[in-house]
Amino acid sequence: MQRSTLLKYKNYRYFKAASLLVIFAVMAYLFDQSATGAYGGSWLGYLFGILSASIVVVLMLYGVRKRLAPIRTERRNLLNALSPQQKVPDSRKREANWLRHHGATLQGWLSAHAYLGSALVVLATLHTGFQFGWNIHSLAYVLMMSAIISGCYGIYAYLRFPRLMTANMGGIGTFDSLLLEIDNLDKQASIKSLQFSDDICAIVLKARQGTRIGGNLFQQLTAYQRNCPTSQAVQQLQVLGKNLKYDQLKSFDDLYSVMAHKESLVRRARLDVMYKARLGFWLYLHTPLSIAFLAALIAHIVAIFFYW
Amino acid sequence: MTEKFKIAIIGAGPAGLSAATHAAELGISHVLLEAGQHPANTIHKYQKGKLVMAEPAVLPLRSPMAFAAGTRENILETWHEDIQRYKVNLRLGAQVDGIKGERGDFHVTLSSEQTINAEFVVLAIGLQGNINKLGVQGEDLPNVQYQLDDPEEFKDETIVVVGGGDAGVENALALAQQNRVILINREEEFSRCKEGNFLMLQAAIKAGRIEPRVSAGIDHIDADTENGFLLRVVAKTSEGVEIINCHRVIARLGASPPRKLLESFGVKFPNSDISSAPELSEQYESNVPGLYIIGALGGCPLIKQALNHGYEVIEYILGNPVVAADEPLLKQKISSFNASCSVNEGLAIIRRNAPILADLTALQLRELLLESCVLTPRPNETIFNYDDYTSSFFSILEGELAVFVKAKDGSEIYFQTKAGNFFGEMGLISGRRRSATIKAITDCVLIETPRRSMLKLINSVESVRRKLDEVSMKRVVRNCLTNTLPESELNYLLQGATIRRYKAGDVLFHQGDKADGLYLIRRGSVIISQMTGGKEDVLSYVITGNYFGEMALISDKPRSKTARAASATEVVLLKAPVVIAALERNTDLRDLLAARYRENAHDKKMIEPQGKPGNLFTFLIQQGVGEATDVLLIDYSLCIRCNNCETACANTHGGISLFDREAGPTHGHTHLPTSCRHCEHPYCMQDCPPNVIHRSVNGEVFIADGCIGCSNCKNNCPYDAIQMVAVDPKFKKPGLWQALLGGANHDEKNRLPDDDLPKKAIKCDLCKDNVSGPACVRSCPTGAALRISPEALSLTMRDSSAALE
Ligand SMILES: Cc1cc2nc3c(=O)[nH]c(=O)nc-3n(C[C@H](O)[C@H](O)[C@H](O)COP(=O)(O)OP(=O)(O)OC[C@H]3O[C@@H](n4cnc5c(N)ncnc54)[C@H](O)[C@@H]3O)c2cc1C
Ligand code: HEM
Ligand code: HEM
Ligand code: SF4
Ligand code: SF4
Repeated sequence: MQRSTLLKYKNYRYFKAASLLVIFAVMAYLFDQSATGAYGGSWLGYLFGILSASIVVVLMLYGVRKRLAPIRTERRNLLNALSPQQKVPDSRKREANWLRHHGATLQGWLSAHAYLGSALVVLATLHTGFQFGWNIHSLAYVLMMSAIISGCYGIYAYLRFPRLMTANMGGIGTFDSLLLEIDNLDKQASIKSLQFSDDICAIVLKARQGTRIGGNLFQQLTAYQRNCPTSQAVQQLQVLGKNLKYDQLKSFDDLYSVMAHKESLVRRARLDVMYKARLGFWLYLHTPLSIAFLAALIAHIVAIFFYW
Repeated sequence: MTEKFKIAIIGAGPAGLSAATHAAELGISHVLLEAGQHPANTIHKYQKGKLVMAEPAVLPLRSPMAFAAGTRENILETWHEDIQRYKVNLRLGAQVDGIKGERGDFHVTLSSEQTINAEFVVLAIGLQGNINKLGVQGEDLPNVQYQLDDPEEFKDETIVVVGGGDAGVENALALAQQNRVILINREEEFSRCKEGNFLMLQAAIKAGRIEPRVSAGIDHIDADTENGFLLRVVAKTSEGVEIINCHRVIARLGASPPRKLLESFGVKFPNSDISSAPELSEQYESNVPGLYIIGALGGCPLIKQALNHGYEVIEYILGNPVVAADEPLLKQKISSFNASCSVNEGLAIIRRNAPILADLTALQLRELLLESCVLTPRPNETIFNYDDYTSSFFSILEGELAVFVKAKDGSEIYFQTKAGNFFGEMGLISGRRRSATIKAITDCVLIETPRRSMLKLINSVESVRRKLDEVSMKRVVRNCLTNTLPESELNYLLQGATIRRYKAGDVLFHQGDKADGLYLIRRGSVIISQMTGGKEDVLSYVITGNYFGEMALISDKPRSKTARAASATEVVLLKAPVVIAALERNTDLRDLLAARYRENAHDKKMIEPQGKPGNLFTFLIQQGVGEATDVLLIDYSLCIRCNNCETACANTHGGISLFDREAGPTHGHTHLPTSCRHCEHPYCMQDCPPNVIHRSVNGEVFIADGCIGCSNCKNNCPYDAIQMVAVDPKFKKPGLWQALLGGANHDEKNRLPDDDLPKKAIKCDLCKDNVSGPACVRSCPTGAALRISPEALSLTMRDSSAALE
């Protein structure tokens, strides 16, 4: 089952729209002969500015739409226990197949968001006429570019990580069941380790108590725990196993395989956390940046009219 | 010593209590025999504080016993007072094992071997059945119990739970929070419990919170107060005998339905279907003269009806004519087509004009009419439309109607039907969209019977089933083959035709079998597969309204493929010689099948080389998607796990997400979340006492107002799609600012504490009130969530490989 991705949405509808906009803008810029030259205050500059600002409004509305799915309800007579169905007014027929009913799905919004947002790179830059300085105007520009760059990373993450996540989890159901399984292996390992020397017990215990899944943002993003006690335990067990008596080897192999299995599950759990973090963290940059940008943009516009 | 009474009433549920109080009120010698330790045992077993509903609201109450909606405790208390006040002769702990004799001289035997003599017997033992006990020494010791009211009552105990079904597993899981739990299961695997319970159990076992003993049973139990324990359980496990010291044994072994017991009393049932009710006269008298059956056992599943029955049955025994409590309601329904006639005359008209209902007993007909609706459409009024998702059944009493059927090629065919006929049985049987539009031509009178009442009737009255099947077969042939088939040809084709029923997974025919005929599907769906090089390849998926099996008939060779039911399936099987002969006489039919034959030969080439889609397909079918009408799937190659779908669902439904995105199986990149599939034949509808689960015209299965919180639907749904929760009526969708500040994710903690509100069943309703469609799908930022119908499923199957993994 493969549905069309964000970028391919409705056969590249918004890519086409954004491209047209960009091509038009570049042509207009190149053929512009106005006396004032290219800058935000020329009539073409105004046009680009207003166009960009309109796009920004659409981009910001995405956040609104995401939270408030438009729900137009139409109270229909609910059936009463004793009166059968015919009493329902046969009002509207919804489209039978949701597959084809994209209407204004959030996916459509996001597809438009990504393409129109990217088009801003060209539109807004042409608007400035390449005149930058240390002022509120250029601050707005810089903030906008940062929001766009973070947004591009987001799309990259959305397209890349879901598949890796599914592959990583394999047949295991939920993240919680993975943690339960790890906990269970820990218990088994503790019991199995009891018959061995204290140092082996200590290693296993440390692996049980010291292994962390998740942790701070850096650890989440890298799926890495420095000196992970579980990995260390597996390595150290390999060494310690060499000194054991022959009759202990069978139960030792048992313990070792439990620990090795745990290590691979811990790895999976960390990767799962990592993908989730990589899918999520950037929004904590993107959203504040976009809000800061909006503020700077308003300041920019106010400033223009104020000093005019 | 044998005591003698005029009336022996068996079972002190609402029905029995009402009968006994009325008898006491009239000063008639009576005895009320109750197996349990409390009167109204069934109500007593409801969960604590449960709000008991007094549905149906329109029915007047007629009983010396008071009853209005209220908490379980209040109702039990008033009933206790009623019992005292009327001095009801109630015997507790008196389980009836046998009834012998006849009107005027019945011998009722109790399990204590005591016999009671009575002139009349009223049976009111409900449907709960007798709880199965352990059947070993020590089964009745204190602390050996067969029910669990409140798992939190027990703490730090060692508890042995017996039974691997849902009840046992749920109890074990709940008890394991605070106790050491040992779960004994007779079978080797916990295959009888639901997926959700099974997964939680697996997790609990892995985590060591529950200690399972499989292929095990209890040998005997001794009281034993040594070393702080109360019981000593001797269990036989696959590894030998094990002795378990514990505080408590909770056995959940199910109940044996009362049917066997009734048959041993001589009561007859119309057929072997488990849902059929015994045949009763209008006075509730069974085929054994003098033996009356009332309450849930008599087919009325609600308390108020049971109370009314109790009053009426005593009057009937005394020979008094009673105007039944529902008389005014019936009168009102009948007056909508004949204002002047009495109820009995009205019923006679129905019998005369609707032959399919002619053989019903008076009681059955009254009940049917009560549950049905009398429609009087004007000329040109539409009854239902092509593609509607309704499933009620219509009998025509008066008038003529036009039927517009859409043929396979899209053209419309028109014919007429009139009084004496019926329609709507296709939707009822298939559980799918209507295959025709029906409009009134003249003024008409129709009886519209809801799906549940009609199914009950089909299962309990043989003649209804027969008459329905006769007509249905013809319509199925027309619907599956061609609507233009003349009547004579139809009759010819149907010679020797049979209706066959299959369970999911049953094989209809094997590759290599001799061709027995042409299969027309009237319910369910079938997978056609072929063995190639020791591997089974799925070739196609055939759904209701289509036929298959023509290849071998035309080519006169053995079956080249295997056909297997994907879900519960019913087919009309046309005999091979008849079909072959018909093909020789009728060129149209021959052309039709030949065209399909060629198409199929082509199809095969199209799907064969890929092989892979079959896997996804098999996965979906194994997960029961074959019986669904609208399934939520998630493409895990796109899903960013943001749970926005759940949030949107919660925001539309009182703050609670009606599905679980993460739970559920995954195959490749296709994930099937735990969510309602809006089954063709919803299991959840089967057993809802107030009958409030419906399917709307658009197909959504939803729970309307009036849920009494009994959990039957939750227990019946095999897909874990129903939750029992207290929904906060004051819930408001978070406003924009709140949402912006609080983040888009819904907050579980926002829910009210569950205690103050009654728990009700909630499930996905496909956002039926939302014009733009289900919130989950519409709120997925990446378009990973999708909903598919069986039609789409069979299309996906045929589609090029790009549409699949
Ligand atoms: C969880 C749940 C919730 C429900 N909620 C509601 C609600 O809110 N509102 C509503 O209207 N309905 C409700 N119902 C349905 C309602 O309980 C039944 O309609 C009603 O109890 C039927 O009454 P009855 O007298 O026919 O049978 P029962 O109430 O089942 O009574 C039968 C009695 O017979 C006794 N008995 C059985 N076998 C023998 C025997 N061999 N010898 C002697 N005694 C015997 C039993 O112990 C029992 O006391 C609910 C049902 C359930 C399961
Ligand atoms: C995406 C939105 C916008 C961005 C990123 C943006 C950015 C800029 C920048 C960087 C400059 C150059 C400032 C300089 O000369 O140092 C500029 C100039 C200007 N902008 Fe915008 N702008 C935006 C929208 C608008 C809008 C909506 C308007 C008008 C309504 C506007 C009006 C102007 C004017 C008049 C100038 C010329 C000011 C001057 O040169 O002194 N801009 N803009
Ligand atoms: C100035 C430009 C932009 C602004 C102001 C902006 C603004 C926003 C806002 C307000 C959100 C909502 C965040 C939330 O609700 O959590 C958002 C989300 C997002 N934006 Fe942008 N954005 C811009 C550019 C871009 C670009 C260029 C892209 C991609 C190429 C992009 C990709 C995204 C993505 C992927 C999301 C997350 C969607 C989700 O998970 O629901 N954005 N953006
Ligand atoms: S609740 Fe369960 S049984 Fe009912 S329609 Fe949904 S999936 Fe089917
Ligand atoms: S909706 Fe479910 S819980 Fe409610 S009354 Fe019906 S079956 Fe019982």
